[in-house]
Amino acid sequence: MTSIVGGGGAWKIAADIPDPELPVVTIADLGILRDVTEDDQGRVHVRITPTYSGCPAMETIRTDLIETLTAAGYRHVDVEFVLAPAWTTDWMSEEAKAKLRAYGVAPPGAGPVSVPLAVRCPQCGSLDTRESSRFGSTACKSLWVCRACREPFDHFKAI
Amino acid sequence: MITPPSSTPFSYVLGLADDALVSAQRMGWWISRAPQLEEDLALANIGLDQLGQARNLLTYAGELEGAGRSEDDLAYLRDDRDFRNVWLVERPQTDFGVAMARLLVFSAWQAELYAALALGEDPTLAAIAGKAVKEVAYHLDHARRWVVRLGDGTEESHARMQVALEAEWPYVEELFGPVDGAVVDPVALRDAVLTTVESVLAEATLVVPQVAPARGGGRRGLHTEDLGYLLAEMQHLHRSHPGATW
Repeated sequence: MTSIVGGGGAWKIAADIPDPELPVVTIADLGILRDVTEDDQGRVHVRITPTYSGCPAMETIRTDLIETLTAAGYRHVDVEFVLAPAWTTDWMSEEAKAKLRAYGVAPPGAGPVSVPLAVRCPQCGSLDTRESSRFGSTACKSLWVCRACREPFDHFKAI
Repeated sequence: MITPPSSTPFSYVLGLADDALVSAQRMGWWISRAPQLEEDLALANIGLDQLGQARNLLTYAGELEGAGRSEDDLAYLRDDRDFRNVWLVERPQTDFGVAMARLLVFSAWQAELYAALALGEDPTLAAIAGKAVKEVAYHLDHARRWVVRLGDGTEESHARMQVALEAEWPYVEELFGPVDGAVVDPVALRDAVLTTVESVLAEATLVVPQVAPARGGGRRGLHTEDLGYLLAEMQHLHRSHPGATW
């Protein structure tokens, strides 16, 4: 097995870890992964930031980071939670938004906005949709219904 | 990066942490009991946000105290006299109107508090608050919509919303009481919070109650009987099975 320790590959490995709640996107896609530093001794320091203060996925992400980087040959993996600057959906890449849409979750618009804007149905593309609940299956999503195709869908809230 | 030692008092941060923690616990009561499924999700999510804020604040309080207490130690191993939350959040809220009246006041207050802390001189509090302020904007909006819908709704919903408001109003004033070493002076938040709340009440065709403030004392560790029952439920598992993990 080839060791990649010291080759600067820790970011790439960490960046490929899927989000536990939305496995179609990675923690880098979402902007949760902030920073990865490594030294030539195989020590890695990873900084991640929660989407919401109470996001229950953070512990899982920490475990995933430690297990994945350890399996890749890193000897000491340290994961730090950082709060500032506060996470925003503006950090989500366009690629991530496209992946979410294909997965059936309407991606966030530019935000945050207090005036509700039209949200496009990820199923049929109609803009004739309505919000059925400001809070959805996880803290970061709201619940919507499409009037055109009658399907309910999740929307990733701008914050 | 070296952060200079903070002069922020442990007791101040503990008060804000306990407000969020106790409110979160009361929110959790609604799961499976809210008027509709969407509301179960909403109140659970709001409680989860508050719990997250409480965890961040408790962790920081533990660091300020310097006695090695973790967030779990502070949440699960203190008795009611050691809690510093206001009375507003600790009483049962088994009426949905009461829950929304309380959330309106509490989130309007947290919105102003966190906005001020985010610009304040304590960098850790600024980071916690800078994140929380965005979450609280959603809580306030949720409470506002319900208070307007119920207040400006049917004759019955209007009457019940007004009763709920009267029940919560004696506990508003304690939010603005003086606190030693406060990073944000509680009194300075009063006008902005009341302006927000009263504008919602006007839109909801509700009357601002004229009632005497409750005695209060939460910031000094004096509480209603209700907090003891809440803590018994919240702390039972941890105290009976120390160190238990999922």
